[in-house]
Amino acid sequence: MTTTTTAVLVPLLPFLGAAFGLLLGRRAPGFVRPLAVLPTLAAAVLAVVVAARQGGGAAVDAATQLAPTGSVPIELALHIDGFAALVAVLVGVVATCVQLYSTGYLRDDPRYSSYAALVSLFTSAMLLVVYSGDLMVLLVGWEIMGICSYFLVGHYWETEAARSASLKAFLVTKLGDVPFLFGLFALAADAGTFRITGVLNAVTSGDLHHPTLIALLLLAGVAGKSAQFPLHTWLPDAMAGPTPVSALIHAATMVAAGVYFIARLLPVFAASAAALVVLAVMAAVTMVGSALAALAQDDIKRVLAYSTVGQLGYMTGALAVGDRGAAVFHLLSHGAFKALLFLGAGVIIHAAGTNSLAAMSRMRGLSKRIPDAFWTVTVALLALAAIPPFAGFFSKEAVLGAAEHAAVGEAHLALGGAHGDLGSVPTAAGWTVLIAGLLTALLTAAYATRLWLLAFFGRGPQEAPDHGKQPFAMNAVLWVLFIPTAAFGIAAPVLPDWFDGNALTPTLVTSVLGTGLALAGALIMYGAWRHTTAAAARRPIGAVAVDPDAAPAVSEEEAIATHAAAYGDNAGAPDPADPGRLLLGPLHAPATCGFHLDAAYTALFVRPVRAAARIVRFLDREVVDTYVHGAGTGARWLGSAVRRAQTGNVQTYLGALLAGSLVLAVAAVLVATGTGA
Amino acid sequence: MHLAYPAVLAVLLFCVGLYGVLARRNAILVLMSVELMLNAVNLNLVAFDVWLRDALHAGQALTLFTIAVAAAEIGIGLAIVLLVYRNRGSSDVDKLTDLAERPTEDEQAQPQSQQQAEAAA
Repeated sequence: MTTTTTAVLVPLLPFLGAAFGLLLGRRAPGFVRPLAVLPTLAAAVLAVVVAARQGGGAAVDAATQLAPTGSVPIELALHIDGFAALVAVLVGVVATCVQLYSTGYLRDDPRYSSYAALVSLFTSAMLLVVYSGDLMVLLVGWEIMGICSYFLVGHYWETEAARSASLKAFLVTKLGDVPFLFGLFALAADAGTFRITGVLNAVTSGDLHHPTLIALLLLAGVAGKSAQFPLHTWLPDAMAGPTPVSALIHAATMVAAGVYFIARLLPVFAASAAALVVLAVMAAVTMVGSALAALAQDDIKRVLAYSTVGQLGYMTGALAVGDRGAAVFHLLSHGAFKALLFLGAGVIIHAAGTNSLAAMSRMRGLSKRIPDAFWTVTVALLALAAIPPFAGFFSKEAVLGAAEHAAVGEAHLALGGAHGDLGSVPTAAGWTVLIAGLLTALLTAAYATRLWLLAFFGRGPQEAPDHGKQPFAMNAVLWVLFIPTAAFGIAAPVLPDWFDGNALTPTLVTSVLGTGLALAGALIMYGAWRHTTAAAARRPIGAVAVDPDAAPAVSEEEAIATHAAAYGDNAGAPDPADPGRLLLGPLHAPATCGFHLDAAYTALFVRPVRAAARIVRFLDREVVDTYVHGAGTGARWLGSAVRRAQTGNVQTYLGALLAGSLVLAVAAVLVATGTGA
Repeated sequence: MHLAYPAVLAVLLFCVGLYGVLARRNAILVLMSVELMLNAVNLNLVAFDVWLRDALHAGQALTLFTIAVAAAEIGIGLAIVLLVYRNRGSSDVDKLTDLAERPTEDEQAQPQSQQQAEAAA
């Protein structure tokens, strides 16, 4: 098989798996699991083969045109460079892990077949986005991911939270996708092609006439998909979906699609200094805000969701300073350790019977019940907090190093040999990303420590409930993801060959600063936790015990449904013993609800839309309907008036007939004489 | 003979028949009036046939047809009148108003719309 054939098979196999899964799911339940796991596994293996063949060398390009469009051609094109090859491997591996994990996690779920098929379809769409060399084909995958995300977030549609979260995710991402579509059209109008290679050539030769407008329009779509401020609000709510979905879609792959898209088209963004500064400010606000919000969340998955938003902020920050190598490096390592964290959180929720950190902090011995999850999640949290020598340290230092280069004005946009030097990055962007990045490193370590201490080192009278051993598939997947989480850092010296050639190894200054701040954050949080443990003992909060023999997904669904009733608000619990509450002080209340952004959106958008809907309803019911009813009533009145003439007397009828005939005859005679004269 | 004489006679016959149809109450007299109107037409047919000197005498032939059809018609008509008289004890045309539009129950339930209908009428 040629590399092109192999690459075509990579998105095609999960797609076929999804199609057959949807068709056969009811009739042949025995085939559902193999159809879910095997195509995805094969796609992952083929992605590795493609990556090995491509090897970071020249990009593989192939295209075929199905039908002429008349204007700008749309082609089924592949464009596989080092970025695409490695991201596809990440998507394949994480999707395989998630499919395996789901066989255990949703083992009793009545809708497992459609769930697995949608996950396969999602995987195929993401691989299409990664490999596609044509922006329109990329958009197809982009939108399929959106709709799959909608269905999967709403998987537990019996719960109110899941229903509203799925709608919110869909609407908010679509809000970004509309300007995104216009951005693509504007880009194609300037460049004359949808092919990525053609667009990049147009940038190099200076044919792009409106770079700032195009970049800002595209940025809206990226902000929606990659959950960047101000369109990030859907991601924390999307945690109402099943945990494997959160791991695959809302941590490792789909939200990374936006970052990957900018990385592919970075020359377009780099052509406009304004777009880079906007990107940097967006990244900085996202990073710091989401880290503060993560400190205040009570639901373990919402902590991880805000953490995802923040880590995506690091990636967009790296793109803002023009180093897409660092961004994709962080994307890869974050994909691995965040998938591990989410899958581990699924095990924790099942074992504890609750998703509330406040309840877990009153539970003794949870770490002994689930030793596999304890050790892997510990390492993943260390990677998240960027402690050496784990993967997160290297990738985050690459981002901070790139920001430092930009801040001191050394950074030049050298995006591979073909595109040459595109000028320098604004130093303002560099400083913004560097300062926000360092501050976020401190906060990240703090919330990672809080999560670890509250979840695993609870103290209280209540023993963690014994749910028996976790399914083997779930634990095995945790250890598979443990490998890249722990050791992906050693790839740092090799990766520049796959990317643009910028060095990705940590530099001394940022390493010392970043690690020092992370350690400081962890120690502060530890101190606060020691301070509050006494308070925790005084204020007991019991966990909602759920059926221990049920499948993990059932536990999670019940935990989501009962969270608001048992612990108050879905985001925060009224727990005075929370170290995050102690440290945040007056900031805690706004941070719990995401700094009231949802309330602001309600006032700005939801209420006006509802008022407009009321006006439309009034116009329809009171104005338009009046005419319709009037037409009907008029005809009825006329009918009853004419019915009066039906007396039943034949002679009356005949009289009327005679009178009518006479009138007609006279008229005919008059007309005849008139024309005759 | 001038055409005017039979034509005027036909008109007179037709008008007498028309008056009878429209004004008489007795169904038998109405039927007789219909016969008068038919015969006025027959008279016209014969008169014009002569006046136009038609070689085929289509007017006279048609008259024979009309007489035959009228005989059949009057047979059925008298039979109907007889049955009506047996059923009802009367052959007054005025009282045979079973097919008249009567106010339905639906309209009786909504007297308001009835009044509106009357106002509109």
